[in-house]
Amino acid sequence: MRLRKFMAAAAVATFLVPGAVTLAEAQTQIQWWHAMGGELGAKLEEIVENYNKSQDQYQVVPTYKGSYPETMTAAIAAFRAGQQPHIVQVYEVGTGTMMAAKGAVYPVYQLMQDAGAEFDPSAFLPAVVGYYTDTDGNMLSMPFNSSTPILYYNKDVFEKAGLDPEQPPKTWADVEAFSKKIMESGAAPCGFTTGWISWVQLENLSAWHNQPIGTLENGFGGLGAELTFNGPVQVKHWTNLKKWQDEGIFQYGGPVGGDDAPPKFYAQECAIYMNSSASRAGVVANAKDFEVGYGMLPYYDDVEGAPQNSIIGGATLWVLMGHEDEEYKGVADFFNYLSSPEVQAEWHQFSGYLPITQAAYELGQSQGFYEKNPGTDVAIKQITLNEPTPNSKGLRFGNYVQIRDIIDEEFEQLLSGNKSPQEALDAVVERGNALLREFEDTNG
Amino acid sequence: MVENRPFLNLLSHLVLIVGVVIVAFPVYVAIIASTRGPNDFMSGIIPLLPGPHTLENYREVLFAGVSTSGAPPIGPMMLNSLVMALTIAIGKIAISLLSAFAIVYFRFPFRQLAFWAIFITLMLPVEVRIVPTFKVVADLHLLDSYAGLSIPLIASATATFLFRQFFLTVPDELAEAARVDGAGPMKFFRDILLPLSRTNIAALFVILFIYGWNQYLWPLMITTKPEYYTIVMAIKRMADVADAIPRWNVVMATVVLAMLPPVLVVVLMQRLFVKGLIESEK
Amino acid sequence: MQNKRTIFGNRVLPYWLLLPQLAITFIFFLWPAAQAVRQSFLREDPFGLKTSFVWFQNYERLFADPLYLNSLKVTAVFALGVAALSLVTALVLALAVERTVRTSRAYTTLLVWPYAVAPAVVGIMWWFLFNPTIGILPYVLSMVGYRWNHVVSHTDAMILVIIAASWKQISYNFLFFLAGLSAIPHSLIEAAAIDGAGPAKRFFTIVFPMLSPTTFFLLVVNIVYAMFDTFGVIHATTEGGPAQATNILVYKVFEDGFIGLNLGSSAAQSVVLMIIVIALTVIQFRWIERRVQY
Repeated sequence: MRLRKFMAAAAVATFLVPGAVTLAEAQTQIQWWHAMGGELGAKLEEIVENYNKSQDQYQVVPTYKGSYPETMTAAIAAFRAGQQPHIVQVYEVGTGTMMAAKGAVYPVYQLMQDAGAEFDPSAFLPAVVGYYTDTDGNMLSMPFNSSTPILYYNKDVFEKAGLDPEQPPKTWADVEAFSKKIMESGAAPCGFTTGWISWVQLENLSAWHNQPIGTLENGFGGLGAELTFNGPVQVKHWTNLKKWQDEGIFQYGGPVGGDDAPPKFYAQECAIYMNSSASRAGVVANAKDFEVGYGMLPYYDDVEGAPQNSIIGGATLWVLMGHEDEEYKGVADFFNYLSSPEVQAEWHQFSGYLPITQAAYELGQSQGFYEKNPGTDVAIKQITLNEPTPNSKGLRFGNYVQIRDIIDEEFEQLLSGNKSPQEALDAVVERGNALLREFEDTNG
Repeated sequence: MVENRPFLNLLSHLVLIVGVVIVAFPVYVAIIASTRGPNDFMSGIIPLLPGPHTLENYREVLFAGVSTSGAPPIGPMMLNSLVMALTIAIGKIAISLLSAFAIVYFRFPFRQLAFWAIFITLMLPVEVRIVPTFKVVADLHLLDSYAGLSIPLIASATATFLFRQFFLTVPDELAEAARVDGAGPMKFFRDILLPLSRTNIAALFVILFIYGWNQYLWPLMITTKPEYYTIVMAIKRMADVADAIPRWNVVMATVVLAMLPPVLVVVLMQRLFVKGLIESEK
Repeated sequence: MQNKRTIFGNRVLPYWLLLPQLAITFIFFLWPAAQAVRQSFLREDPFGLKTSFVWFQNYERLFADPLYLNSLKVTAVFALGVAALSLVTALVLALAVERTVRTSRAYTTLLVWPYAVAPAVVGIMWWFLFNPTIGILPYVLSMVGYRWNHVVSHTDAMILVIIAASWKQISYNFLFFLAGLSAIPHSLIEAAAIDGAGPAKRFFTIVFPMLSPTTFFLLVVNIVYAMFDTFGVIHATTEGGPAQATNILVYKVFEDGFIGLNLGSSAAQSVVLMIIVIALTVIQFRWIERRVQY
């Protein structure tokens, strides 16, 4: 029996490269579940491969687990079953849930400390890291892919419509006027579309106009916060969106990320498109027949303090408890590699995600990347436009995944004419607050 | 046919042709899409005539995979689907034959209870109890394994029920004769009952194979290693790419490949399939 | 329950025979179901770190939640829509096939295969056809003046999921109607024809009443199908939207539990669903038993 087992093992071994077998056994494996599909996923795998080649002690194994929500739930279900990965990529709205999960999450600052890794939190861009630190300024998760929404436009269509192709719309009045001109001239059948109604047209809209999203500094101050984004500026904007949708100026791209929005822009149906700066890679790859221009988000010039600064989205890497110390050393080592200026600059320049460290940004500058690739620094300029106020630092609420869904749902109620803008936003706040109270009950 | 009414006959054919066309239309579009190049979907509407990219699309999904969508090559995934579907079908038939035999041919305490315990599984679709079932499977260390993919789906009220109904129609004289000859129950089961059930088994196999092949949420939940991905679960993933147009040509090539085996089974074994379907639900 | 007259006398053997089936049933069905029931009385954070017992609070909240009531309504509309559409289409096709003697087999083959297509795949195909930007059907509809947009319009979204879910079910219903039709004694129809009853009259006075057991059975099966087996269809098309307009109960369990991480509420919803399926299955079972006995 034993002999047979041995023979089987030997047979298997001969099929594989012998070197690879011994190597894999000697290395400590680190599981990383991520949500990066498409071109970004390929790049991520390339980064991991480079890391694995750069040393022979640890081997990081990236696994694509589907969309952000799917990845997060898969990791949580796995945690409950004791099968969790070491690293999981969680999107920013999951931050509240992850932060509350003390005992499941290994805070990054502590991990770095325990592993004795060199780690300087001040090297990171405050606008990015601020979102993911606790009240004492400790970094809880490792920023990896942070982005902010920017405006893309079709230069060819602008030119056809008799607009200056080098001039993106600055204000919402511009967006409306440009769109009308584009549609009347027949250059394109639609003015603009947008991904992420919740993130772009409500949360960022609020921050960009220095309006509060919620109480207690948008939830940074504790679990007792309440949503307040049903103020006059937001109501005015949603009123306009409804009006523009009726006029055909604006086309809705669907809930959550708005999957139908990018095709509308790529197919030259809509001339202007607002979405994450990380969409840049996809936009460049798909906009084959026209030239793309970049701009900051539009604002209402009659609102005082606008434009303020935009807030980030994207995801960070959380470390889950329950593994060996040796493996956590590997995680720390890998994080150091990830945040090194070269890796960061490469990832940022390829994807359109923000550089997470000052050094990576400076490296890009010294390489002349931003001059060669106009529009790539719009995002950085936009989040650092002004010193963040309590309204524009970010947001931190529990159950926020569902609250995002509520925003989409109420927005759809608005578009289908079932609710007025005020009613829709009031409903978001009311339903959202109920979820916040539930979260407070469960985690308080 | 009772009387000859040319108009009604014509109408029937017309209705059927329209029906066949409507039923086939989505698949036709899928097949066409799988023969086109990636840029044919940008222009505004789906093309309706085949393009020249058939071979390269299929070659890509079958052997290279679409790594940018987290999709490994389809070839091995189809093999996984096959393993899963076969294990489920054969496993279900095996355990159902045994339990139907026990329920029909023996009297024992708790017989009713056992019958109902099996029957109740019909009432718990996997979607409804997914989180606790996941935990059970994880506790048994069956994540990322063929056993995890198939065993939890093997218990089957439908199959047990079908065999029970069938065994009830088997003439009592046969069992009587076997008993008089001194044959034990297992011998009776093997030599008489099994051969008699052949058509039923084959018919059920078709239905269960399709059931296993088409599983979606379950493999999605319990696999994290690409070695165990099945083709059906991979499709949605390929269509769901962030910030880009899905690569419709390869998605649709995968769609076509995913439906080919079960559709072939149905078409080639149509008689058995119809029998299996109607018997198992009747 | 029916019984055999001849039985074997072994005492232990039947338990061995039942063991594999019962073991799997217990481990993978009954135990998790019991866990779901337990979970429905708990309030717990997603990671399972803090748990408290809350009695019926999850249920109380559920039935006070307008969205859950909405989901009940949506499920009813969806299930009836799917049943009606697929039953009527299947019946018409089956009647037509009955009339075409020589070619009936060929037509049957051409009509049954959609049964084999996975719901998730069906969903992707219809989503592709109805895609507002590149889909062919919105394009055709726009030519007749209808602006199709299932990401905004509740009605359009509901129509989309009903069509996608029915498409697959037509072949199933068709086969049962065909079997039901062939079981109607020919003499009955001939006698009616001799009495001068036309095809329409014969259908309503003889064929349809004779088919009513089949129809009733299919109705239950279709409702069960629409309620539980259409997860893949919904997931691949509307994901329950817009504004929960197509968020059927099964999908909501998944949404709230899996995406929203609200385990208590999701478990309570599972329990409600279990009760619904048990009721439907008992109805179905009664019917089956009766039919077998006549």
